[in-house]
Amino acid sequence: MDQALAQQIKEIVDRVNTEPGSAIPILQAVQNTIGYVSKEMIDEIATNAGIPASDLYGIATFYSQFHMEPRGKNIVKVCHGTACHLLGADRVAAAVEMATGAKEGHTSSDRVFSHERVACLGCCSLGPVIMVNDEVHAAVKPERVATLLRKYRQSKSDSEVKASAASQPSA
Amino acid sequence: MPQASPQPNNGVTEVRVGLASCGMAAGASQVNDYLRDALAEHNIPLKSVGCIGMCHAEPLVEIVSGDGESFMYGKVTPERAKTIVTEHVLGGKPVEDWLVMGCQATAGDYVKRQTRIVLRNCGHIDPENIDDYIAAGGYEALAKALAMTPEQVIEQVTKAGLRGRGGAGFPTGLKWHLTRIVPGDVKYVICNADEGDPGAFMDRSVLESDPHSVLEGMIIGSYAIGARQGFMYVRAEYPVAVRRLRHAIEQARERGFLGKNILGSGHDFDISIREGAGAFVCGEETALMMSIEGRRGMPTPRPPYPSEKGLWEKPSSINNVETFANVPYILSKGAEVFASIGTAKSKGTKVFALAGNVVKGGLVEVPMGTTLREIIFDIGGGIRDGRELKAIQTGGPSGGCIPASLADTPIDYDSLAQAGSIMGSGGLLVMDDRTCMVDVARFFIAFSVEESCGKCTFCRVGTRQMSEILERITHGQGTPEDLVKLEDIAIKVKQGSLCGLGQTAPNPVLTTLRNYREEYEAHVNEKRCPTLKCAALITYTIDADACTGCTLCARNCPVNAITGEVRKPHLIDQSLCIKCGMCQQVCKFNAVTVS
Repeated sequence: MDQALAQQIKEIVDRVNTEPGSAIPILQAVQNTIGYVSKEMIDEIATNAGIPASDLYGIATFYSQFHMEPRGKNIVKVCHGTACHLLGADRVAAAVEMATGAKEGHTSSDRVFSHERVACLGCCSLGPVIMVNDEVHAAVKPERVATLLRKYRQSKSDSEVKASAASQPSA
Repeated sequence: MPQASPQPNNGVTEVRVGLASCGMAAGASQVNDYLRDALAEHNIPLKSVGCIGMCHAEPLVEIVSGDGESFMYGKVTPERAKTIVTEHVLGGKPVEDWLVMGCQATAGDYVKRQTRIVLRNCGHIDPENIDDYIAAGGYEALAKALAMTPEQVIEQVTKAGLRGRGGAGFPTGLKWHLTRIVPGDVKYVICNADEGDPGAFMDRSVLESDPHSVLEGMIIGSYAIGARQGFMYVRAEYPVAVRRLRHAIEQARERGFLGKNILGSGHDFDISIREGAGAFVCGEETALMMSIEGRRGMPTPRPPYPSEKGLWEKPSSINNVETFANVPYILSKGAEVFASIGTAKSKGTKVFALAGNVVKGGLVEVPMGTTLREIIFDIGGGIRDGRELKAIQTGGPSGGCIPASLADTPIDYDSLAQAGSIMGSGGLLVMDDRTCMVDVARFFIAFSVEESCGKCTFCRVGTRQMSEILERITHGQGTPEDLVKLEDIAIKVKQGSLCGLGQTAPNPVLTTLRNYREEYEAHVNEKRCPTLKCAALITYTIDADACTGCTLCARNCPVNAITGEVRKPHLIDQSLCIKCGMCQQVCKFNAVTVS
């Protein structure tokens, strides 16, 4: 593993590993900083935190939040909650696939978009809802999806692309 | 309550913008940005508040005048905000067309018909400002509780008849008592904010709009049971709630409501936040504790109950967000006042997240005993697009579908159970006559397949088998034996699972089988979906007489299945069509029909 990354992981572990039961917060912090948690990184965390790698691997594969492979620059989460389902979430998902070229659970070949499915974003009265990075879009019409996503495609082609951390609030 | 501005401006003392997740999704941030600049010029205070509850009308802006009059504007855009500032705030003349609530408007029933205890401050106070909460009477209940003995606090909560709002309805006072009497120095208070049911957003709204009420409830709980450490387990999909909670905890520490020797009482207590990592099963209390301990969230058998052996084997009391938010009200108003609301066995109110095919979705808090019909029609304004009510789904994937014929069922723990569903955490999904109930069952079971932790064979394998059968049925490949098998597996999964997830996962199947059997039979025997929802059983065609050849459908078809020349009728190639329905959605001439 590259030296800088190893150092980065060590710093995260030192900062977060302060009380018992920190395995999940450590994995969350690593993913929020680096974007995903690979097997290699898990080994590095294990060494630094003194938690067996098998435990960490078990956690990372149990919880749907963790990703073991790099994701796209923009994360498109399509809500498939009950209300959104009734209001046509499947059609929205089809439109997202069409606009990004990424099937559900996958990343587009140009790595601009990852297309993910979520159980519920809690904005049920405004369905169908999608979340792009940290922004929630309400009452999404399938035919408007391509236009909606265009702005992210452009803004993220700049070099100042921030790490596509999961849902860390931008304070 | 709004404080009078030193320089009243046409009587307007304060302007409020709802900035909870749903408001922001609808564009409230842009409205807020505009108002901040526009109002600063005129020295009129702008306050960011949480969820006002009328999600259907977001973004919401409220204009409060000195005499306490309130004008609520709905669906506000920055352009509309400009007009509102010019005409109402500066000109003194409300823009009546955009009002959703206020003296002149008639649509005010949405909030007026509710009884707001849990949501008492939501939409009125700034969730990021502890002084606002204190000005609204916040932390008075805590001071009152600390002057009592812990036993007296528990007695008050017991007398009030408060039952767990997470769904199971266990008496809160009893839970605290059981945790208190277990000997031991180290005990924990845990707040379950892992609101995982799809279709439920009550807890998110409370955490985003009034976080201190939940903290105050937790602190009172910690005093009652004798705990010095608390955990708040929050769903990862709620970044705004987590941010506001962190902020609220810091403020509470600065003011001495958390930390050592709280308000000079000698009681120590502090709270840590743990973010969930995306596992529905962690809403189950034993799994939640495993997750806080940093492990895979897999339920364990009870007993021992958490009150004896909970987090790290220590006595622990786990309550839901809404339960805690009720506690300060009970302490400050008295148990009798609380117990006078509701029914004989279910006291107080319940917050529902009203959504689906209803006109006015949003947050609704009503006394226990209110009927489903009152919630949907009197408050929610009835069914969207003038359709008929078909079913009401409560309790999410653990609940059932209540048919329209039982819409007069009062909401309380026992009546909903009798109707074949559960109170659940408060999701209330309204389904109209276009909803395919087999598809609904398939949807919920698919959710349970994903979320089963895999520990119990019946749940792990049984949910998958049910899902496969339902897939077959919705694809027109089901047989009459499938219905028999489906019911049999559903009952066995219910009986053979350890935790609430497995025990309740079959409910959507069982209730739809019981109440909508004819729909299953149409899918199985006639290979027909009566509501034209199941893609495999329907065909889209273009009516050549109605088609103007505008090419809109052909341009929007994701698989290029539509061909035709400009200004000539178009045609769908059935071998390519994926039944996504996009053509029907975009057609301006109703030329696309489905059969």
